[in-house]
Amino acid sequence: MAGEPNASVRNVGQQRTVEIIRMVLLPLVQLALFIVGSAVVLGLIIVVVAFLLSRSDPMLFQTALAILPQVMIDGVVRGFLFATIALGYTMVYGVLEFINFAHGEIFMVGGFVGAGVGYLMQQIGLLTILPPLLFVLITVLAGMTVSGLLAMTTERIAYRPLRGAPRLVPLISAIGMSLVLQDLVRLIATSTPLGFNARFETPDFGQAIKLAEIPLGERSMPVMISPKAIIFITVAVLMLIALNYLVNATRLGKAIRATAQDMSTASLMGVNVNQIIALTFLIGGALGGAAGVLFGLNIGTVNPYMGFIPGIKAFTAAVLGGIGNITGAMVGGIVLGFLEAFVSSYLSMFTGGKFSGASYADIAAFSILILILIFRPSGLLGEAVTQKV
Amino acid sequence: MKRALSLLMLVGILTAMLAACGGGTTTTTPAKPTNTPAGPATVAPASTASTAAAGTTVATTIAATTVSTTTAATTVPTTTVAATTVPTTTVAATTVPTGTTTVAATAVPTTTSAGSVTDYIITLVGQITPEIAKALGTVKIVSHTPLSGADADLGTGISNGVNLGIAQIGTAIVSTGVKLELLPFDDKSQPEVGTSNAKKIITDPEVLCVVGHLNSGVALAALPDYSNANLLMISPANTNPRITDSGYANAFRVVGRDDLQGPIGARFASETLKAKSVFILHDKTDYGQGVAEFFRQEAERLGLKVLGFEGTEEKSDFSSILTTIQAANPDLIYFGGLFGQAGPLLRQARERGITTKFLGPDGLDSSVLAKLAGNALSDTYYTTVAAPVSTFPNAAQFALAYQAKFNGVATPFSAQAFDATGFCTASILKAAIEAKGKPTRAQVVAAMKSLPTLDGITATYTFNPQGDPNPATYYIFAANTDPAKWNENKLITRIVSAPPTK
Repeated sequence: MAGEPNASVRNVGQQRTVEIIRMVLLPLVQLALFIVGSAVVLGLIIVVVAFLLSRSDPMLFQTALAILPQVMIDGVVRGFLFATIALGYTMVYGVLEFINFAHGEIFMVGGFVGAGVGYLMQQIGLLTILPPLLFVLITVLAGMTVSGLLAMTTERIAYRPLRGAPRLVPLISAIGMSLVLQDLVRLIATSTPLGFNARFETPDFGQAIKLAEIPLGERSMPVMISPKAIIFITVAVLMLIALNYLVNATRLGKAIRATAQDMSTASLMGVNVNQIIALTFLIGGALGGAAGVLFGLNIGTVNPYMGFIPGIKAFTAAVLGGIGNITGAMVGGIVLGFLEAFVSSYLSMFTGGKFSGASYADIAAFSILILILIFRPSGLLGEAVTQKV
Repeated sequence: MKRALSLLMLVGILTAMLAACGGGTTTTTPAKPTNTPAGPATVAPASTASTAAAGTTVATTIAATTVSTTTAATTVPTTTVAATTVPTTTVAATTVPTGTTTVAATAVPTTTSAGSVTDYIITLVGQITPEIAKALGTVKIVSHTPLSGADADLGTGISNGVNLGIAQIGTAIVSTGVKLELLPFDDKSQPEVGTSNAKKIITDPEVLCVVGHLNSGVALAALPDYSNANLLMISPANTNPRITDSGYANAFRVVGRDDLQGPIGARFASETLKAKSVFILHDKTDYGQGVAEFFRQEAERLGLKVLGFEGTEEKSDFSSILTTIQAANPDLIYFGGLFGQAGPLLRQARERGITTKFLGPDGLDSSVLAKLAGNALSDTYYTTVAAPVSTFPNAAQFALAYQAKFNGVATPFSAQAFDATGFCTASILKAAIEAKGKPTRAQVVAAMKSLPTLDGITATYTFNPQGDPNPATYYIFAANTDPAKWNENKLITRIVSAPPTK
């Protein structure tokens, strides 16, 4: 290296930078395309169905259109929730080909840590003077630290001793961990002032931002997004960028990818496999923890069982996007979020109240998922990308 | 080929499911009476509907004028005299205009009480011979409520109420040598846990009475087991009509029923809140969906427009439902469910700028709701069968004892649990005296049925043959945003009513 001319080094350096930017930005473009794509497709379906039904009820078409932008926003926010949790599933799966069912609980712990920090700040009176963004930074960092370390500890306790065992064994161990963590947090939470249903204390983020007003009869239907949701989405996108950079452009990422491809060969090449796996859990857990804090912040309460259902759905999202694929996990989450939001908002409207949208959202959303997986068994992005992790 | 086949199967399964659900969810068609086979909560309305066929309309015991006359909204001071400052309406059989008669024919009984439960127990003490006491030995009373999980706040309160009851009565009967013991069980608000605990409970021969549950769904799951063993169950909190309507001889309760609580809420919505349209949400449990259905029936009868009737198990993110509600723009949101779900729902609704009035059943009656929702509790009302302990003049001593022993304010339903414990003990002792030894569980149930009218700390209780208190009291409160002042919630009205008759 030392003998090469400077220009060449610079050239290589430039090429590398371009490469990195491409690697980091490409997934973002992909994600944006999927968001716009799902929004357009689902929106069109809604418009067509509403138009067909509008003959019997003229108001229906108008109402359906009026709430469409709001439903899309709901879908994006919900989608990003699943997406951020799905990242943890997909990271671990990519490396170990193992479904870490305790990940939903890691997410929940993050939420509780955030609520705990919020509570402490409120007790010492810091909450009113702290700028909201600083508050988010502190709670997210706290949540990431605790959740990341917890995920690493679970790996050390419950998964590493079973590394050589048949595949089902660590799976069962993971389900066990999930139950243990739920009840452990319940025990801790109920013996602290937080309580089972803990309120997530936050500084005042202000009222929801009104993006538009759509006239609907004599009144108007506002299109709103809360500042917390904007923070949620921003942080989720940042997390995706950081993760992509880490995995694709750093030495550490190279080691992770090597471990994912072939564990024994990687260890022959001087990669400390155990350390890399622990690190994978740390990163996945930290992402889950951040998601937990942001989710708690967004909805205002946390409870020890709140991780279970989002965990299952995030797992679904990871499979839908092509498990083991980082961008795929995000995309899967977004698609699932959209499906749920659309079904739960429109189902009862389109069936004249016969089917409660909120009750049947899961059935409809998961049926569509089964359809997608029948025709694309490896997930939306499963085939397009050969690289694991 | 395989894909096509699996696709076909999926479509087949879905159609079958939709067909099955479709048959059950046609409750919006006014021509058909609610008759969901899958919706257990609708049993009672179905039975009232059959009465309707016989010439009467599905009406509740509340007269049309009840609520409107009592809306004087007196502020309730926290002192024990509070109960007397509130206008109380006693509802008897009243004719409703245009030829329809109310189903409830029974008037509120005017029988005078034979004194308090504790006094009654003390009168029994004299009749307990040493032989009887020896045969009885230790009597265990089970409290079976959620001690962990989302509803632990109320469940633990009930268990504490039983604890206090046993301590107080235990002192009163200490001279006889009979020992009372509390055996707390945790049902975790889960029906399957309730059933498996119940199987365990009935195997203990020393258990002669159960005070439970908090959740109607859990009680209904455990009742068959209690019933097989003839074990007396007195519920301090269950409002689902099927608790006493299912023909279990051993099931009693000291609170009102949802087939009145729901309609009372609907009347309040229509007459006091002047709502013209309502959006109804429920939590898909026996309790929540049950009371929501009763609310809907009465609301529709009163001419309110029901803009939506949706069930959700979602506990945290309500954005989709809120969009639907925003589009529907109702005058009122009714939520059939518990505080754990209502808290985030309300908070998110208010953050979205939905300032609609909010009404719910007694599931909202917990200070945790104020903790979770805070300022979002503006314009929030709830109907309840268990007012704050401070509402009851006779419960002042209980409230103090509770505060001293458990270092917290007595929760809703804890005073009812105290009363239930009193009835448990009274029946056990009465049965023991009649059996001249240790009574069988069936004898305890029989003794409970033959108890005279007695004063509890929450009300004067007479039980009808079904096991419902006659009359029961229903309250409507406006929620307070400060959890510490939950007991000071503003009592809006109080309605005393006999249980509906078929």
